[in-house]
Amino acid sequence: MEIKFHHIAIFTLMLASASCKLDNVKPPSVTLKGQLMYKGTPIGVEYNQVPFQLYQTGYKGNTPITGTFDQDGNYSVLTFNGTYKFTIPGGQGPFQWKELPSGGRDTVNITLNGDQTVNIEVTPYYMIRNTQLAAASGNITAKFSIEKDITDATAKNIQTVSLFVNKTQFVSPADHAAQVDLDGAAIVDPANVSLSVAIPKFTVTQNYVFARVGIRIAGVEDMIFSPVVKLSY
Amino acid sequence: MKKIYTIAMISVLLGAGSCKKDSDFLNVPPKSVVPTDVVFSDPALVLSVLGDLYNRVYDFSSLDNMDLYPENSDKKNVAGWTTFADFGESFPSDNGLYSIVQNRSWSYDTWSTWNYPYVRDLNLFIDNVTASTKLVPADKSRFLAEGRFLRASYYFEIVKRMGGVPLITKTLTYDNSGNVVGLQFPRSKESDIYDFVISEAEAIKGLLPSDPTEKSRATKAAALAMEARAALYAGSIAKYGATTPQVSLPGGEVGIPASMAPGYYTKGLNAAKEIISGSAGGYKLYQVLPNLSDNFAAIFLDKSSVNQESIWVEDFKALAGKVHSFTTNDQPYSVSDEASDAGRLDPSLNLVQSFEKLDNTFAPIATKDGSGNPIYYADQQDPFAGRDARLAGTVMLPHFFWKTAYIDIWGGYLLANGNIISSDDATHYAALPGSTTQIQVVGKDGPTPTGEVLRTQTGFYVRKYLDPTTGSGRRGRQSDVNFIRYRYGEVLLNAAEAAYELGQTGDAALYMNQVRARAGLTTPLAAGDITFDRIVHERRAELSFEGHVLFDMKRWRIANKVWDGNPESLVDLTSNIASATKRNTQPWGLYPYKYYNPGNPNDGKWVFREVLPSNVTGVLNFRIGNYYSQISDAIISANPKIIRQPNQ
Repeated sequence: MEIKFHHIAIFTLMLASASCKLDNVKPPSVTLKGQLMYKGTPIGVEYNQVPFQLYQTGYKGNTPITGTFDQDGNYSVLTFNGTYKFTIPGGQGPFQWKELPSGGRDTVNITLNGDQTVNIEVTPYYMIRNTQLAAASGNITAKFSIEKDITDATAKNIQTVSLFVNKTQFVSPADHAAQVDLDGAAIVDPANVSLSVAIPKFTVTQNYVFARVGIRIAGVEDMIFSPVVKLSY
Repeated sequence: MKKIYTIAMISVLLGAGSCKKDSDFLNVPPKSVVPTDVVFSDPALVLSVLGDLYNRVYDFSSLDNMDLYPENSDKKNVAGWTTFADFGESFPSDNGLYSIVQNRSWSYDTWSTWNYPYVRDLNLFIDNVTASTKLVPADKSRFLAEGRFLRASYYFEIVKRMGGVPLITKTLTYDNSGNVVGLQFPRSKESDIYDFVISEAEAIKGLLPSDPTEKSRATKAAALAMEARAALYAGSIAKYGATTPQVSLPGGEVGIPASMAPGYYTKGLNAAKEIISGSAGGYKLYQVLPNLSDNFAAIFLDKSSVNQESIWVEDFKALAGKVHSFTTNDQPYSVSDEASDAGRLDPSLNLVQSFEKLDNTFAPIATKDGSGNPIYYADQQDPFAGRDARLAGTVMLPHFFWKTAYIDIWGGYLLANGNIISSDDATHYAALPGSTTQIQVVGKDGPTPTGEVLRTQTGFYVRKYLDPTTGSGRRGRQSDVNFIRYRYGEVLLNAAEAAYELGQTGDAALYMNQVRARAGLTTPLAAGDITFDRIVHERRAELSFEGHVLFDMKRWRIANKVWDGNPESLVDLTSNIASATKRNTQPWGLYPYKYYNPGNPNDGKWVFREVLPSNVTGVLNFRIGNYYSQISDAIISANPKIIRQPNQ
């Protein structure tokens, strides 16, 4: 048979149409999100430092979905419908997570059937309350009160309280332009703490900064923070 | 008729030829595989199996590339020099590896190892030697002891990184039943692994030769040196673990009870004393060359029998296939044997200034006088004069003579008005004020203001392990300097630390002063001078770039203070130099500038400035979860009895 152009065209079409099958795996489409909370108040942490683990039961293996909380305590995961267990690894976060009598970490059961918001209730060692941040006469001033939330035998002392200032909205010990510390032992009245630091100079002048205060707790790796505030001057 | 006869004969012959038994026909011994019983009947063949096991010894710092064995995936495709970098002690002058000084923190799985295929091969080797009947008893007991030494050595390596792991001391066999529960073992206690290393060393030390000229195979001294170091590690984890209670697991898989500390320190001290007393052979500090810095550098270069300091090494041989590219990668740019291979590992000012002065005091490298004016030095090496000889033995200072020429390290011309004239390359000339003549305005070895790679970016090059042999920097030849795993100097420091922790400060001073005298610090320390800070400092001065810093900081539980995630300011850098917990989060440099001010008495002299290399944008942050490397989810999925590390 002589090969004509239409033979090739038909053959190509057939090949192309044979590949028109749908992928058999759907992408994850269900959003699970939420925020770290203590009695309805969000807890601020350092960006990308406090991890969480999400285990899906019923599958072979035991590998969790891991992620970290944002600096305002938010998390979100894009995944599939199913039954999950949510936990935070030991020693992470400026708060206590319930331990089981058997020795393991407690988990939160989450049954996903469509998008869902699950706030994570934890007990922080301390909370920063009534934070007032202001920019005035070349300084950033912070006034706040410290509330001790764990007072039993597992209570921990304050190592330092710090005011961090940065030019972008990421404000943390690792990412700041100005910082001032106050030693935990030097705090006279926890209900009335104030810190002040000069507004840092930036290469490109801007008339605003972002700031927040944090508490470093003795023997705990992660700091707890007040919400980030944008200050214009 | 004759034809039929011939055909009949051929058929008969053919038929007869096929009269072999089928089983014989199929059962041909393979020519490409040597069966186990044959291998383990001949000492030469056993040695070749053992050679493979020696090659697979896993070191933290290693001069050659680490990708030879796929099990060690954490070090895959990593050039040897990078295993000496990091931790604020050096700067990587290589475009591909700035991540070392730009990352904010180490991921939890950094430094992890889980090489059970190697453990299995070691167990198999031990089983096979034990079962062998044709080896003479002397060979057999030495091979067995070497197999057990390598196994203990790997368990020591794994416990340093992972804490307690399943302690597998026999070969496991899978029965194809689909049930693997019998092959799943939980993690042992961290102290159990250390106990295993110590007891194995005690058990085999008498079976190994006491021969200081035997460096690449296990000897009695190697077993004792391993025991001393392991016991010291266990002791310090027990003692200092109390300062980081978060770094422990309730089952003891991580963390050792404080009550066990004295026992471990005693064992460590006794093992070290056995080497020092000479019962394992005549080891001593290397004291051969009159120049103390050259002498210190030669410890790592001298492979002859004169070197009675090195105890156990990874040996190399040039032009014979076992070489490494450490010298190729780290040689000075201006004297390099290769156009685009040089200068990658640049020691930091943090390390350089930590070497003490000859009067046993600490001071930063002086760049300004008391009233804040710059100091003008006539010679580039003047600022470093009067210091511990190990400084110039470990680090190449500016204007050091290497192979055939003086290295050329300077950052540019400093003018009277404070401006700096420099360029991005020594061949890119510029004119000085009041002149139109184009001249060289930056050192051939850098440091350039633009941070050119392969030249120093701290003002220093590494000297330890750098091979001065002709051709050692060529990619074709490379270097065969050996890597010292255990040496007598470290044994003395281990003894000093163990003695100090046991309250025997007099003995501690005695051991430490020997190491210090060799470095030119001839004013001895008194018993009362020995402090924790002194111990930490002495190990840094003696053992930097030998793969100790991470594990030392970990076992003393000060890693999270030294690498605390805060930027290191110039004030941080130059203060508290003697403190063990001094911040060391960013590698600083010290740039020499030529002062240009014709008519001024200081014209042509050198001014030094502390500079944080522009590529250092990260801050080292050692998190609590970094104390023990992550056991991967794949391992935990395959064996649910494995529990997770703390803080992960």
